Amino acid sequence: MLHNTAQASPALNVVALVSVGAHPSSGRARRAEQDARAVELGLRLAGEQLEVLHAGDPQQPALRSYLGMGLQQLHVIEQPAQADVISALHDYLQDSDAQLILTGSQAETGEGSGMLPFLLAEQLGWPMVVGLTEVEHIGNGIAQVLQALPRGQRRRLKVRLPFIASLDNAAPAARQSAFGPARRGELLSHAAEANPDALLSESPLQPARPRPKRLKIITAKTGAERMKAATAKASGGGGQIIKGDSPEAGAEAIFKLLVDEGVLR
Amino acid sequence: MSEIIRRDPHAEWIARNRLHPLHATLQKSPERWMSAAGVVRKNPHAVGFIGPEGIKRIDRSGAQSASAGKRSAAPAAVQLPLHRVEQPAFHICVVPDMVGGRLSSHDKDLLGLARSLAGNNGAVLAIIFAEHKEQAFDTAGVDRLMHFTDDSLAGYSPELRVLALSAVEAQLKPRHWLLPDSRNGGGELGRRLAAKLSERPATRVWQVADGQCIGRAGAGREDSQRALPRLILAAAECASPVSETRHECLAMATPENLAHGLPRIEDCGAVAVDPALIPMAEAEFILSGGNGVSDWTQFHQAAEILGATEGASRVAVDDGFMPRNRQVGATGTWVTARVYLAVGISGAVQHLQGIGACDKVVAVNKDANCDMVKRADLSVIGDSAAILGALIARINAHRHGGIRDAA
Repeated sequence: MLHNTAQASPALNVVALVSVGAHPSSGRARRAEQDARAVELGLRLAGEQLEVLHAGDPQQPALRSYLGMGLQQLHVIEQPAQADVISALHDYLQDSDAQLILTGSQAETGEGSGMLPFLLAEQLGWPMVVGLTEVEHIGNGIAQVLQALPRGQRRRLKVRLPFIASLDNAAPAARQSAFGPARRGELLSHAAEANPDALLSESPLQPARPRPKRLKIITAKTGAERMKAATAKASGGGGQIIKGDSPEAGAEAIFKLLVDEGVLR
Repeated sequence: MSEIIRRDPHAEWIARNRLHPLHATLQKSPERWMSAAGVVRKNPHAVGFIGPEGIKRIDRSGAQSASAGKRSAAPAAVQLPLHRVEQPAFHICVVPDMVGGRLSSHDKDLLGLARSLAGNNGAVLAIIFAEHKEQAFDTAGVDRLMHFTDDSLAGYSPELRVLALSAVEAQLKPRHWLLPDSRNGGGELGRRLAAKLSERPATRVWQVADGQCIGRAGAGREDSQRALPRLILAAAECASPVSETRHECLAMATPENLAHGLPRIEDCGAVAVDPALIPMAEAEFILSGGNGVSDWTQFHQAAEILGATEGASRVAVDDGFMPRNRQVGATGTWVTARVYLAVGISGAVQHLQGIGACDKVVAVNKDANCDMVKRADLSVIGDSAAILGALIARINAHRHGGIRDAA
């Protein structure tokens, strides 16, 4: 299936946007989880032709772990830390002949608002697909893709090329990064105008504070009510009970509830 | 409270029978009276009532004293005070997710946050797009409700919905836009709207106070604190839901000049996913079996026809009918299903804890007095094999009937 999709679209120009991630417990720089999935999907779709793009510091050693996934080169638009990279990316991508831009849905460092693909799509005037998991078919300038929904569900969409897609953790897992290719790959840097982010510089990020736990607030007026709230068993509050009827009547009631809830397909 | 007086023949019989041990308690002797000398006299034995275990109880709250003589129907639900906003000075727009057509707890938290931002002069406007089954918009804190009934907006149509929301923005200029930062569509719609309106949103906001908001940044290791922007994508439990007031929930007309752009994304519908591959913790629909299931082949067949993920109680797992990773409850998986169909499970405390987050629980059981039936929204009392068989037949009839209709 995956080999079919890769062969069906040999001339597809795919660009994967990657960022530098942070290890969840140590905070050490690494490849970002979702961006690595974007590179993985890009490699499956375009193979060697995949272009991987990063905006930031070209000296960052963590970028090499993307090269270790089997890339020859990685393009880096030089940007200082905490700059707004959208205009630089927009200028670069408008000049390229990209048809599909893949990216993770949220950065692991910095603000991580997840706005980047949406802003790029708005500026380029391209459609945007959220939660891409698989490109099933591309033809006549239209791609048929699968979108991940919560609770493990999938939705099929048809979207016009060129488009931007963000990937989340439902996308296929990224392949391992190998040391040799990571050393051999090239980091090609491109100069671009820097655009400082005013908001982030005036209110810098702080270490995360633990969120307060929500307390069960009991607004009882009398002692008896407080006693009842403290001792009463939690209950659904009087559901409908069908008793002494035929099994068909019970099944009909269950069926009606399942249809009302929309879980029956 | 209903004032219908209900006769209690048993109590009347006790009142007639002077040898009954409870006879004295039913004799209405006054608790206090004025004596001939003008002194208030009290009879301490007349205070209180005999509890269910035959022990005298005194309830000082005053709740029980009125019900000593007569029995009334259960008290009706208390009407909360109505909060009115006649001429709203500004609007706070909320676009709830409406998962399954109802307000989720995330939506209710968001409405609580909107309510606190609106104060006394502002109105909370909830904007919904599809058909809904929600009955309690008024107690959730919705002052105005805008319902787009257009068919093109009902399904997955983020681009058209953003156009509709932009029309609302042009018409009302709301002070704040609030959307849930969830995977159920709110996070996506909010970001699309932010890009369209060129507003920089605050995302994953978990606290709003004094014109400042705090949201998680990066991978959750950092916080970003900033002045409250116009567009807020709030995390779950960002504020407490409205609980003490009732609101008008007046219908508001949708903007007339809706721009109908050609959608560039076409929705081809949901794809069938093998329910066995969905992790049980996030499955939407679970069919769970316990000790009362006699025919496990039929149970698996029912799960396949229903398209449900299979679960089991501890007894069924211990007896070897289901694998350990399918166990639901405190010692197994804590599930979050929207619909949980429990067949032959009596509802141990550990099991009920595990299904605490479930929305609708359906119980099929022989025992009408078990704890699962008390928890369930719909209970069918009877033999599980017969009911499952009837359910399979009903769904098959529905499916084949549907195919006939389509042909």
